[in-house]
Amino acid sequence: MQRMDKETLAARVARDIPEGAYVNLGIGQPTTVANYLPMEGDFFLHSENGILGMGPAPADEDIDWDLINAGKQPVTLLTGGCFFHHGDSFTMMRGGHIDICVMGAYQVSVHGDIANWHTGAPDAIPAVGGAMDLAVGAKQVFVMMNLLSKTGECKLVERCTYPLTGLACVSRLYSDLAIFELGPDGAKVIEMVDGLTLEKLRELTGLDLTMAG
Amino acid sequence: MIDKTVPTLEEAVSGLYDGAAIMVSGFGEAGVPAELIDAVVDHGATDLTIISNNAGTGDVGIAALIKANRVRKVIASYPRMAGSVHFEARYRAGDLELELVPQGNLAARIQAAGSGLGAIFTPTGFGTMLAEGKETREIDGRNYVLEYPIHADFALVKALKADRWGNLVFRKAARNFGPIMAMAAKHTIVQVSEIVPLGELDPEVIVTPGIFVERVVPVPGKSAAAA
Repeated sequence: MQRMDKETLAARVARDIPEGAYVNLGIGQPTTVANYLPMEGDFFLHSENGILGMGPAPADEDIDWDLINAGKQPVTLLTGGCFFHHGDSFTMMRGGHIDICVMGAYQVSVHGDIANWHTGAPDAIPAVGGAMDLAVGAKQVFVMMNLLSKTGECKLVERCTYPLTGLACVSRLYSDLAIFELGPDGAKVIEMVDGLTLEKLRELTGLDLTMAG
Repeated sequence: MIDKTVPTLEEAVSGLYDGAAIMVSGFGEAGVPAELIDAVVDHGATDLTIISNNAGTGDVGIAALIKANRVRKVIASYPRMAGSVHFEARYRAGDLELELVPQGNLAARIQAAGSGLGAIFTPTGFGTMLAEGKETREIDGRNYVLEYPIHADFALVKALKADRWGNLVFRKAARNFGPIMAMAAKHTIVQVSEIVPLGELDPEVIVTPGIFVERVVPVPGKSAAAA
């Protein structure tokens, strides 16, 4: 069984993003999906801090600290891109105007609940940013994460134990071992990596999984 | 003749008082009116409530105010960033109250205040810890949380250019919370890189009309491009 590495997974997510989509890529691993969107196509990347048509990182000499992404890293603006204030930016997010958002997560439930803002540790300083707005507002929410935690626990669960970010909002989970469709009927397996069987995946996840129709 | 420009940062923040609620524009470092915040530190007002997306990093901006122990409460979506050492220290010591607000709710509540709305129903946060104890309502099959406007006594905003009527244009993603905070505060104070003659700003591209602005102060050469 060959786990998908992070780059392969990013490329796999990118394959499911159609040209013309308005897309918000979360901080961290989801940001790398942009590297695999076809250069010749028009894709509209949104950044919560007021950018549509966000481009890749600039060369060092072109860094402009008024032009950063949600992770506060320097970015560029594509020809045709534009700026707007936070009210408009979150109108795009909450109002159902963003076609796809890709986020990381601590846990995702088979029904599409997501927990990705707080570990629940009592001494943690809480910070939420725009995660809850994206979770409820994007037309499709994709989650990208390793299926198992470092200690081997499955992060796709019947019910999230971490504090929730949003309820019943994730439609797809892209993991290093398999891709799942999530929803009211539970988790269905869309694809598995070579060498993995449904039986083995059920064992790893502890979930009563079926293949997507 | 109406001229909203003031020559010094000191004069710009001269009306501040203890216990004031102050909105501060910016996302990360972009759009943070650092010189106006320094002027607040020099002014000496204390027991402040700061409304901003972040809580400052290092020793500058909001972090400088927190370090000087002038802040009683922070309303923010993402107060914890790499280098938010002063926020962390005061928060852990129990000296600083935090109201954590999802970023879009922060924006919407600020807009509600500026727009004269009594409250809003927002889907963001429904069913989460951040909506605990709050009134909810199902409208057309969707669940919403009742959230109240966030008002402020002052807004400190960074823009690129202003004219003497207070019309503003911004620079790139440094715009962020500036326009909506300008609408929501009783007194909006703006630092700009340049004051231009009336008529020079294209009326079609003015982002914040001067009606929302009380004072503008020039802080030349402080846009990121000039840094």
